[in-house]
Amino acid sequence: MQQAVTISASLDDIVPSAMVPAGRMRLGWAILALGSLVLAGVLLIRILQAVEMAEFGFQTWRPVLYAYVFWGITLCVSQVLRRGEAGVRALFILPAVLFVIAMVVFPLVFGLYISFTDWNLSSLSGRRFNGLDNIRQMWGDPFYWNALYNMMWYTLAVLVEYAIAFGLAVLLHSEIRARKFFRVVFLLPLMLSPVAVSWMVGKSMMEIRFGPVANFARWLGWDRPAFFTDPWLAKLSIMVMDAWTFIPLMMIMLLAGLQAVPKEVTEAAKVDGANAWQTFWRVLFPLTLPVSITAILIRIIFKLKIADIIINVTSGGPGGATDSVTSFIFREYRDRSNVGYGTLLAMVYLVIIVVVLTVLLNVLGRWMRGYDQQEA
Amino acid sequence: MAVAAPTVDDNGVPSATAGGHLRRIAMRAVIYGILIVWAFICLFPIYWTVTTSFKAAPNVMQGHLIPFVDFQPQWRGWQSIGLSPEVLTQTSTVRAEFVKRFMNSVIASLSASTLALILGSTAAYGLSRFSYKFFWMKNKDISFFFLSQLILPPVVLAMPFLVLYKELALLDSLTGLILLYTLMVLPIVVWIMRDQFRGIPVELEEAALVDGLSTWGAFLRIVVPIALPGMVAAFILSLILCWNEYFFAALLTSTDAKTLPVMVASQTGSQGINWWSMAALSTAAIAPLVIVGILLERYIIAGMATGAVK
Repeated sequence: MQQAVTISASLDDIVPSAMVPAGRMRLGWAILALGSLVLAGVLLIRILQAVEMAEFGFQTWRPVLYAYVFWGITLCVSQVLRRGEAGVRALFILPAVLFVIAMVVFPLVFGLYISFTDWNLSSLSGRRFNGLDNIRQMWGDPFYWNALYNMMWYTLAVLVEYAIAFGLAVLLHSEIRARKFFRVVFLLPLMLSPVAVSWMVGKSMMEIRFGPVANFARWLGWDRPAFFTDPWLAKLSIMVMDAWTFIPLMMIMLLAGLQAVPKEVTEAAKVDGANAWQTFWRVLFPLTLPVSITAILIRIIFKLKIADIIINVTSGGPGGATDSVTSFIFREYRDRSNVGYGTLLAMVYLVIIVVVLTVLLNVLGRWMRGYDQQEA
Repeated sequence: MAVAAPTVDDNGVPSATAGGHLRRIAMRAVIYGILIVWAFICLFPIYWTVTTSFKAAPNVMQGHLIPFVDFQPQWRGWQSIGLSPEVLTQTSTVRAEFVKRFMNSVIASLSASTLALILGSTAAYGLSRFSYKFFWMKNKDISFFFLSQLILPPVVLAMPFLVLYKELALLDSLTGLILLYTLMVLPIVVWIMRDQFRGIPVELEEAALVDGLSTWGAFLRIVVPIALPGMVAAFILSLILCWNEYFFAALLTSTDAKTLPVMVASQTGSQGINWWSMAALSTAAIAPLVIVGILLERYIIAGMATGAVK
């Protein structure tokens, strides 16, 4: 996903940054100072009110939000005034950066704080700092470890999905009639919301008494087609539904990868006497390996967020067999209002994801380099 | 692919023996067989949902599948959400409820996608054309800062947002939801648009700048029109993700800003499952995107392909 910035900086030479007059410079600083002052002032007033030292009639923290937006605008204006062309260019990314900082960095820091508190929304005592108690509780919480264990299986299922998606991409890439029709049809499951899928497939088609899938299973000779009572079967059913929605995503990426392979390459392989099987494994598969890795990574990222189907079909049951981390924390909040503990679990999950993905990317990077040399 | 390539070798002479010919026919039969089976797997749940919305209870119980042959279609399901022809003219509270949720979903997903497209494509353009330096952060770090949002699981932000939104009086409001959805799809927009802008030759903007356009003028009048197909792709992908989002909507909205997925989910629990009305509701919830998918398939595929292939 990371590519070297190739054509950046080439526009830098066209427009020379003119000297900015001192007066404009001062005006720029003044505007930024005004914005900062307003933000600091509003923040201070609100904090004073929050600790009940003064009363200004601010009902909520909303004014602080407006002050932040105002500060952002003054920052942009002052950039343009002070830095001229460079400031104009900064305008391209400043709004997005400010937005992400407000929406991610700040809540993450805040989340880090509440994850070390004992805070139950339904209890009257309010928020209380409790140090490492949440971590200790997590250590002894079998359901959380169980959810992490399930996530491992859900993630491994990506490999099976990948194999199916690759097969479909190869078929779509081959010379078939009605290719456009098949492409549209194969894409459709991706359009459907997981909530609708969990009703359409999980709750009605897999219905034990008269769902068509259950009927089909009965016809195949399975007496009691209960998809959600046996732990492993339930897990498998969830995986199948999730795979059904997301296989098109990988399929299309892989199809694009296959189409990017020049026709001459496969033809050359054929001239050299390679059969279809050899052409695939020796030529196409290695050539599409980078796309494959991107597709698998994107899919894993989406997989790690899996929750909607589980929440709506099994609520984690039977006995936590289908629980994902997200669905578990969702219930921790909704049923027990346990904000502090739930947030800690989510933070730990984030750390695990970051560590695992970093290791995975490093291993993949090393392996890819090895593969290249081997092929070359 | 090689498997199915027609063999027109040897100067058009039918070179293959009878055995090879048979083998080729068998091969094609297998290929079309797999394609048709998978098409069936993709379509059947949709077919089942749409037909179930026209069934009465006994039809569902007996597993009837084909309308007019197995069962006589009725408007039961659509009646229960106030959308059948005979009740369409009357006022109906269920329909009002449905329309409200539907409009909430429309507003939330359209505004969030628009906002994300504006923020994301300007940022992507900046990152692909200029070199920045904010403190220690260079272009590569800023790109990573945006793209790394992709791995952030929503559950990490859920509870901080619940508390913050409560303090900001944004809980159960569409504004709050739109801001969150924008955040959710922003990395995807940046990712797609960065590759799009990279594909546009810099010479075009250089010429525009020499002709006296400003940096922003060149972006808006030269680059944006060229990058429009990519922007449509990014917009539609964002739309899909926002329209289908359930997790945040379930946590952060209750009465006013509840979206369609939350409404669908909340119907299943209460008084057993009302098959026909659930089917009608699900059909209505998936219909807009199914139509978008069929009409704009080209753009969706182009958008997803951009990120995958350099």
